[in-house]
Amino acid sequence: MNHEMKNPVYVTDALISQDIDAYLLKHQHKTMLRFITCGSVDDGKSTLIGRLLYDSKMIFEDQLASLENDSKAVGTQGGEIDFALLVDGLAAEREQGITIDVAYRFFATDKRKFIVADTPGHEQYTRNMVTGASTADLAVILIDARQGVLTQTRRHSYLVNLLGIKNVVLAVNKMDLVDYSAERFYDIVADYSHFAKQIGMDSFLPIPISGLKGDNIVSHSDNMHWYQGPTLLGHLEEAPVSDTRMMDQPFRMAVQWVNRPNLDFRGFAGQVGAGMVRPGDAIRVLPSGKTTTVKSIVTYDGDLDLAVAGQSVTITFADEIDCSRGDVIVQADQPCEVADQFEATLVWMAEQEMLPGRPYLLKIGTQTVTATVTEPKYEVNVNTLEHLASKTLGLNAIGVVNISTDRPIPFEAYAQNPDLGGFILIDRMTNATVAAGMIHFALRRSQNIHWQALDVNREAHAALKNQKPAVVWFTGLSGSGKSTIANIVEKKLHALGKHTFLLDGDNIRHGLNRDLGFTDADRVENIRRVGEVARLMTDAGLIVLTAFISPFRSERQMVRDLMAPGEFVEVFVDTPLEVAEARDVKGLYKKARSGQLKNFTGIDSPYEQPQNAELTVNTVELTPEDAAERIVQYVLREMS
Amino acid sequence: MNSQSVIHTGGQVATLTHLQRLEAESIQIMREVVATADNPVMLYSVGKDSACMLHLAKKAFYPAPPPFPLLHVDTTWKFRAMYELRDRAAAAAGMELIVHHNPEAMEKGINPFDHGSLHTDMWKTDGLKQALTKFNFDVAFGGARRDEEKSRAKERVFSFRSANHRWDPKNQRPELWKLYNTRKGKGESIRVFPLSNWTELDIWQYIHLENIDIVPLYFSEPRPVVERDGLLIMVDDERFPLREGEVPMMKSVRFRTLGCYPLTGAVESNARTLPEVIQEMLLTTTSERQGRAIDHDQSASMEKKKQEGYF
Repeated sequence: MNHEMKNPVYVTDALISQDIDAYLLKHQHKTMLRFITCGSVDDGKSTLIGRLLYDSKMIFEDQLASLENDSKAVGTQGGEIDFALLVDGLAAEREQGITIDVAYRFFATDKRKFIVADTPGHEQYTRNMVTGASTADLAVILIDARQGVLTQTRRHSYLVNLLGIKNVVLAVNKMDLVDYSAERFYDIVADYSHFAKQIGMDSFLPIPISGLKGDNIVSHSDNMHWYQGPTLLGHLEEAPVSDTRMMDQPFRMAVQWVNRPNLDFRGFAGQVGAGMVRPGDAIRVLPSGKTTTVKSIVTYDGDLDLAVAGQSVTITFADEIDCSRGDVIVQADQPCEVADQFEATLVWMAEQEMLPGRPYLLKIGTQTVTATVTEPKYEVNVNTLEHLASKTLGLNAIGVVNISTDRPIPFEAYAQNPDLGGFILIDRMTNATVAAGMIHFALRRSQNIHWQALDVNREAHAALKNQKPAVVWFTGLSGSGKSTIANIVEKKLHALGKHTFLLDGDNIRHGLNRDLGFTDADRVENIRRVGEVARLMTDAGLIVLTAFISPFRSERQMVRDLMAPGEFVEVFVDTPLEVAEARDVKGLYKKARSGQLKNFTGIDSPYEQPQNAELTVNTVELTPEDAAERIVQYVLREMS
Repeated sequence: MNSQSVIHTGGQVATLTHLQRLEAESIQIMREVVATADNPVMLYSVGKDSACMLHLAKKAFYPAPPPFPLLHVDTTWKFRAMYELRDRAAAAAGMELIVHHNPEAMEKGINPFDHGSLHTDMWKTDGLKQALTKFNFDVAFGGARRDEEKSRAKERVFSFRSANHRWDPKNQRPELWKLYNTRKGKGESIRVFPLSNWTELDIWQYIHLENIDIVPLYFSEPRPVVERDGLLIMVDDERFPLREGEVPMMKSVRFRTLGCYPLTGAVESNARTLPEVIQEMLLTTTSERQGRAIDHDQSASMEKKKQEGYF
């Protein structure tokens, strides 16, 4: 076999020998990208990493000499250079039967320094992949062009997406073994696209390569003129790093350490997690909520007029307010949430399985609190993405759980800010890190707010209106007729002298809940808020009518549980999907069918029918007027 | 040159440079240690990596001095120029300097000429354990980098040691994001490597950019050397036992790494300034550890040394 060694492009820069000062100046402005490579040994991962190290001249002559020797002795390339041997640390471990782990490798080009997290790809190493991915700006997912998208490709992609990596490269490797076929490449890309959509991966960049031969690694391949996109290294040099993404968000900094060298100085040291900060900015310290302004941003190199996400700084305040390690300093007018109960995804990393109810230590940002974990809502099969019922999580298992902490902590959803949404669980007895977690959202935030005793109580409010308060909760598909019927019901009740109020998508989504979208999490939060508002209104003695799709049983149950017994009337507006879709009053079904509208109930988001609704009105059999009349009769009968 | 300041013009904020990102990460690691450790210490070996680490510590805790002492586990066989810089650097940082000599090695007169690997084992490996135990240090910063050697590529930033200072590769904790689990049991200790993600070139560039004081031995100068086993060894003091017929030659040499002078090979060089050193490093074709005698026996020797407690 004629093994052609392409001349590396990143050979020593001519500037080094001619003008070292100019070279150094140029290299001062290099940026840094951290990435993870995912793939098994068979996908040519080691060969690819070895190739990148080799082509960027990170291999010295003595290493090259031993590489050549080893290639002849134990290589798999028939005496030719076996790049895989360069990164064989992990292979050696495997033979010795010790920890299979994350190895970090380094190389640099003229534009960037790179840190590669190299992890084994098999299922039992989910823990290591998650570890490597946690700090990565980008992921390279390797596919063997002969094999196409395999189970492990799906697993790697799921994990990469779970860890929130936005920049994904699909490197279709070993193109030399499929005759550099464009057709083969595009088949694989189409296959992968389908899957990527399924797991909610927004985008990825496919590149056809050969790690062994060097095609499309550094320079464009002569064997694949049909491919016009960037080369692998070219893309790695241009892809945005996470810090840049975090700069666009409101300012956040977790306090690591209070610097108090003498009575005249009190500074709060930390690494800016998101956004930027300037002297004079109004800030808030969470969880206390106290506010002040930034007096100065202190560093060894002098005070700064600006600090951005990624920088380690020390901040001083204009006022003496309490602030200590674990607190989070945030932009005053855009604070993050504070809560003590969360839904989160957990990746279990210990041999000893998870014990629901056992107190673990939870480290998030710069603080450590005590936390308990519920039984998993479900476990995810990382190969098929199926949700499985489970009582616990074992080593390498991934599941969704509720977590409650012993005190309220400032946080953000992991997808928004990994710094304030990612956490680890530590076993209190062994001190081992047993799990990594990612917060989705907070649950039941109101629990810690203390009730003020009110002199004019709900009975007094209701008595004055001469009615019994209630919530009439309409649920059903979009276009089922909820709002129409609710409107008629309100008119009828109003005419009867009842004090009512109608909450519907239009007056809630545009105001109170305008920050929410239509993901499952947002839908849950949407309903939670509506439930809380409805409850306040019943406290005021009103009969509240609500018209929301409210697709999930658990949230409708949550609202029911909020209300006094007997004050919650669930009305199922029963309209078959075909009928609602045929009506399509707002043209939404059409949009959803064409893919313009995501997470649309009935189409690509589920609707869970009520099982014990107080009333069911079938809009195929009944006119809206008749349906409304039935509901009014029910209310008058049961609520008096 | 101020490597902390961000380049920003007209509201446009540039991405942090690689050195800014590395610096911020190292500082974050050091602060995490100081916030959670009972009695931390910084191991200071006087080399360029130590110099860099000390400089980062000054930045991490400014305007306070670094809130921990420096520990030099000495062998009495370092280059004279190293002792000079050590005392100067500690004073400049306003830090306490603890120098530990293994009393047993002292008593037995252990030296690199007569005792081979016992020299490193006793002075450095045993000496370090003695010092950590004697002063009850629970966390020790070290200047090791992952790019130095294959077995270090997988080393954690926070590396756990048992009560008898052993490293158990099977029992290391996963490190996610920048959430370091700093908890430990009674008697256990942690070695922390804030320079884990720096490469040799990063270190040199940073030293250049930040004007960090380093041992002049890194720069070329005519020095008296003899050639032994393929290595150029500098005759740094009168304790050097010359073999029959051996006469020190004056050669323009410098050192790429610094340790005990009888064990550290010099390279012939004309690099007299930092840019020239970097230039030579970039053009060079052999890896950093070639000049150190310790590595030559077997490639797994570093792993073995680490398990025994050597850094």
